[in-house]
Amino acid sequence: MTQSLVAIEGLSAISTRDGGAPVLRDVSLTLEKGEVRGLVGESGAGKSTIAKALLGILPSTVKVTGGFIRFEGRDLLAMPRRELSDLMGREITLIPQDPQTALNPARRIEAQLTDGLRLKLGMGKAAAHERALQLLDEVQIRNPERVLAAYPHELSGGMRQRILIASAFALNPKLVVADEPTTALDVTVQKEILRLIRRMQEAHGTAVIFVTHDLGVVAKICDRVTLLYAGKVIEDGATAGMLTAPKHIYTSALIAAGPRYDRPNAGLEPVPEAVFRQLRAEIGIAERRV
Amino acid sequence: MTASDLLNRLFMAVLTLMGVAVIVFCLLRIVPGDPIAMMISPSATPADIAALRAHYGLDLGLPQQFGIWFMDVLKGNFGTSISQRRDVMELIGERLPATLELAFAALVFGVLAGGVIATLGTLARRTTLDPALDFINGLFLAVPDFVWALALVLLLGVFWPVFPLSGRIDPTLSTYFHTDFYLIESLVTFKFAAFGDLIAHMVMPMLALGLPLAAIVVRTLKEALAEAMVQDYVLLARLKGMSPLRLVLQEALRNAVGPTLTLTGVQFTFMIGGTVIVERIFSYPGLGNMAIDAVINRDLPLIQGIVLTFGAIFILVNILVDLIAGWLNPRGAAHG
Amino acid sequence: MKTIKPLLREPRVVIAGGFLLLLLLIAIFAPYIAPKDPLEQDLMLGNMPPVTSPGAEPGYYLGTDDLGRDVLSRVLYGSRIALTVAFVAASLSAVIGTLMGLAAGWYGGWADRIISRLVDIWMAFPPVLLSVLLVAVLGSGLHSVIAAIVIIDWTRFCRVVRAETMAQARLDYVMAAETIGFSRSHILWREILPNVAPVLIAVVSLEMGIAVIVEAILSFVGLSLSSDIPTWGGMIAQGRQMIHQGWWVFVFPLIALFATVLAFNQLGNGLRKALDPVMRR
Repeated sequence: MTQSLVAIEGLSAISTRDGGAPVLRDVSLTLEKGEVRGLVGESGAGKSTIAKALLGILPSTVKVTGGFIRFEGRDLLAMPRRELSDLMGREITLIPQDPQTALNPARRIEAQLTDGLRLKLGMGKAAAHERALQLLDEVQIRNPERVLAAYPHELSGGMRQRILIASAFALNPKLVVADEPTTALDVTVQKEILRLIRRMQEAHGTAVIFVTHDLGVVAKICDRVTLLYAGKVIEDGATAGMLTAPKHIYTSALIAAGPRYDRPNAGLEPVPEAVFRQLRAEIGIAERRV
Repeated sequence: MTASDLLNRLFMAVLTLMGVAVIVFCLLRIVPGDPIAMMISPSATPADIAALRAHYGLDLGLPQQFGIWFMDVLKGNFGTSISQRRDVMELIGERLPATLELAFAALVFGVLAGGVIATLGTLARRTTLDPALDFINGLFLAVPDFVWALALVLLLGVFWPVFPLSGRIDPTLSTYFHTDFYLIESLVTFKFAAFGDLIAHMVMPMLALGLPLAAIVVRTLKEALAEAMVQDYVLLARLKGMSPLRLVLQEALRNAVGPTLTLTGVQFTFMIGGTVIVERIFSYPGLGNMAIDAVINRDLPLIQGIVLTFGAIFILVNILVDLIAGWLNPRGAAHG
Repeated sequence: MKTIKPLLREPRVVIAGGFLLLLLLIAIFAPYIAPKDPLEQDLMLGNMPPVTSPGAEPGYYLGTDDLGRDVLSRVLYGSRIALTVAFVAASLSAVIGTLMGLAAGWYGGWADRIISRLVDIWMAFPPVLLSVLLVAVLGSGLHSVIAAIVIIDWTRFCRVVRAETMAQARLDYVMAAETIGFSRSHILWREILPNVAPVLIAVVSLEMGIAVIVEAILSFVGLSLSSDIPTWGGMIAQGRQMIHQGWWVFVFPLIALFATVLAFNQLGNGLRKALDPVMRR
C-alpha cells in the first residue's frame, strides 16, 4: 500500500479551558492524493479542531494528549516551528469560512493575492502580477486588472470567495483545508463556489479536507465522508455508500432530518433525543453537556 | 463628510465661538477690581482716569461695550492690552507659535511613543510582558500632565539636571529670528546650535504633555490591534509566511488606527488646554503662560483675545479630526 | 449586601479605597496626628532636611520649609483641603451634571439641543485657563475654588449621563414600564436613574481625583487660598521656588498629591469594572 497524503492516527485532545473536557477522542482517518474528504458534524463535534491541527494553528486552550498527524509521512505535531511554517501556505493552505473577514479591508486585492507568491516563492512584482491575472482567470473572474486594483469592500461576497480560492490554490498545494467555505454565502452562490472548488481541485490534483455541517454540500463535492460526534468518529466511508446505506443510526437520523440538520426546526424530522442518548452511551458521556 | 455636512459643522463652530465670546465678555465684566486703577500713576487726576476709561470704552453700557467689542473682534481687532500697552493680536501672534510648536512636538511624541509601545505590546501578547505593560500603562493613564511636569522638574531638572528648567531658549545664544516659529526656523536655516538648545528646553514640557497622550494611544491602539490580530485575514497572511512584525504593521495596524486617530484628536484638544499650566511650570513663553499673567493682571482685552484664540483652535482641530477620519475610512462612505 | 461583595473582589477598589479611607482619617484627626503646628514658624530652623539626611533637626521628620514650618505636619493638614474640595466639588458637579444629562437624554428635543450646545461651548474653553479665570472673577478662597470646579466639570457628568440615559431608554424594560402606564418622570427616577447610577459612581470617583488636581493647580498658580492654609499645591509652588535649596518641600506634597490622584483614579476604574456586570444586564 502506498503512503497516504495525510494519515491521522489515534488523535486525542482536551480543552484546557473546559476542565480538561475531551475535544477529540481517538480520531483516525486518512486522505489520499487528489481526494476530497468531508468532515461533518454539529458544532463542537471536533471537525474544526482537526482542521486547525492540520494547519498548525491549534489554539493554546487545546492540548493534544495522544496520536499523530502525518503529512507525507512527517509528523506535523512534532515538526519544528520553522519547518512547519515553511510547509503551511505552500503545501497546505486554507479556504476560510467568511469572505467578509478573510480579506484585509485596508489592502488591495493584488497585494493580498500575491503575498504567498512573493513570500514563499520569492517572485518579483511583475511575475506575481502575471500569475495573479492567470489565477483570477482560472476562477472565472472577468476584468481581472480592475479586480486586482480593487479593495475588498468593492467586491461581492461570491467574488471575494473566488479570490480566496484562487489564493488557496496559487502555490499548487498538496492539501487545501476548506473551512465551511460556503456557509456565509447565499444558496445560489454556494453552488457555483462548490463547483469551482471541485474544478480547481481536479485541475491542480489537490486533496481537499472539506469541513461542513451540511450533508447536502457533502453529497455534491466529497468523495469520502467522516462523520463526527463529540470528538469521536461515528461513521467513515465513501459518500455515495454512506448516504444511501448508512451504518449508524445517527447517520440515518441526520439524513432523515433533511439538508440542514443543524437547525432541527427547519428539517423534516429532527434527530430524535433517543439517538443522542444512544450516541452518548456509546461514547461514554455520562451527563448531557449543554 | 459631504460639503453640506462641512458647512453645517462650520456654522455650529461659529455659533460655539460666539457662545464662548459672550461668556468671556460677561465673566470679565463682573471681575472685581478696576483694571484702570492698576495702570494709573498716583498723580493722575479724575479727568485723566475718565479719559482713560473712555479710551478703553469702559464708560459705556454693557450691551454697547459688547457690540463694539464684538464688531472689533470680527475685524480682527482685539484691542490693546492694558498691562503691556500693546496690540492684543500682536502679542498673541508672538506667543502662539511657541505654544503650537510645543503642542505639535508633544503630539508627535505621544503618537510615536504610543504607537511603538502598542506594536511591541501586540508582538509580546500572551507573554508575561503583556500584563506588566498594561499595569504600567494604567499608572501612566492616571497621572495628569500637571503631576508629570512637576515630577520631571524634580527628576530631570534637579536630581539629574540634564535639561534646562525654564524658558524656551538660552538668552546668551542671542540668535536672531525672523519669525516666532523658532524651532522650525532654526531647522530650515541650519542654525543647529539654536535648534539643539530649543529642543533641550522643550523636552520636559513636551514629555509632560505627551506622556498622558502616549498612554491613551497605547491603550486604544493595543485594544484595536488585538481585535484585528484575530481576524481571518491575519491568519491567512500568517499561513502565507508573513513575519509577526509585518503582520502587525501591514495587516492589523491600518485597520486598527481608526478609533485611535479619533481619540488622539480629542486628546490633542485637551493637550492644548494642558499647555496653560505646563508652560507656567516651565516658564515657557507661550500663550498659556501669558494667559495666567493676564488673569492675574486683570488684563481684560488680552484675556478675551487669548480665550477666543484657544476656543478657535479647539474647534478647528475638532473639524480637522472629523475630516481626516472621513478621508482615512472610505468604507464608511461606501457603506453609508 | 450582594453589591458590596464583588467590589471587595476587585483589588483596585480595596487598595485604593483603603488608602483613601486612611487619608480621610488623617484629614479628620490631623490635629492629633501632626507632630507640630503646621503654621508655627521658627526662622532658626529654616530649610532643615528630612531625618534621613545629616544635619536634620530631631522631631521634624520630613524637614522644614524656609520659614521653619514642619513639612510633615503641613502635608498631613494639606489632605484636609484636598479632600474637602474633592468631596464637595465632585458631589455638586455630579448633581448638576446628572440633572442636565437626564434632562437632555430623557426628554430630548429642545432640552437636549440647548444643553448639548452649552456643553460644546464649555468644551471649547481650556479648563485650566477657565478655572484660573473663574477664581480671578470670584475672588480667591475655598468657595471660589469649589465653585470654579463645579462650573467647569458638570459637563463631564452631563455627557456621560446623557449618553447612558439614551442607551437605557432604548432597552425593553423602559418600554414595559411605559405600557404599564407609569409617567415619564416616574420612569426617569425609578427605572432609569438606578441603572445610570453605577457609571455615575465611577465618574464621581474619577472627578474627585480631577478636583484634587485642579485645587493643586490653582494653589500652585497662587490663586487658591492664602499661604497660611497648608495646601499641597501651595507647598509645591513654594518648593518649586526654592527647589535648589531643599527638594523636600517640593517632593513630599507631590507624593501625597500623586498617591491621592492615583487612588481616586484606580478606585473609579475599579468601581466601573466591578459595578458593571452586577447591576446591568
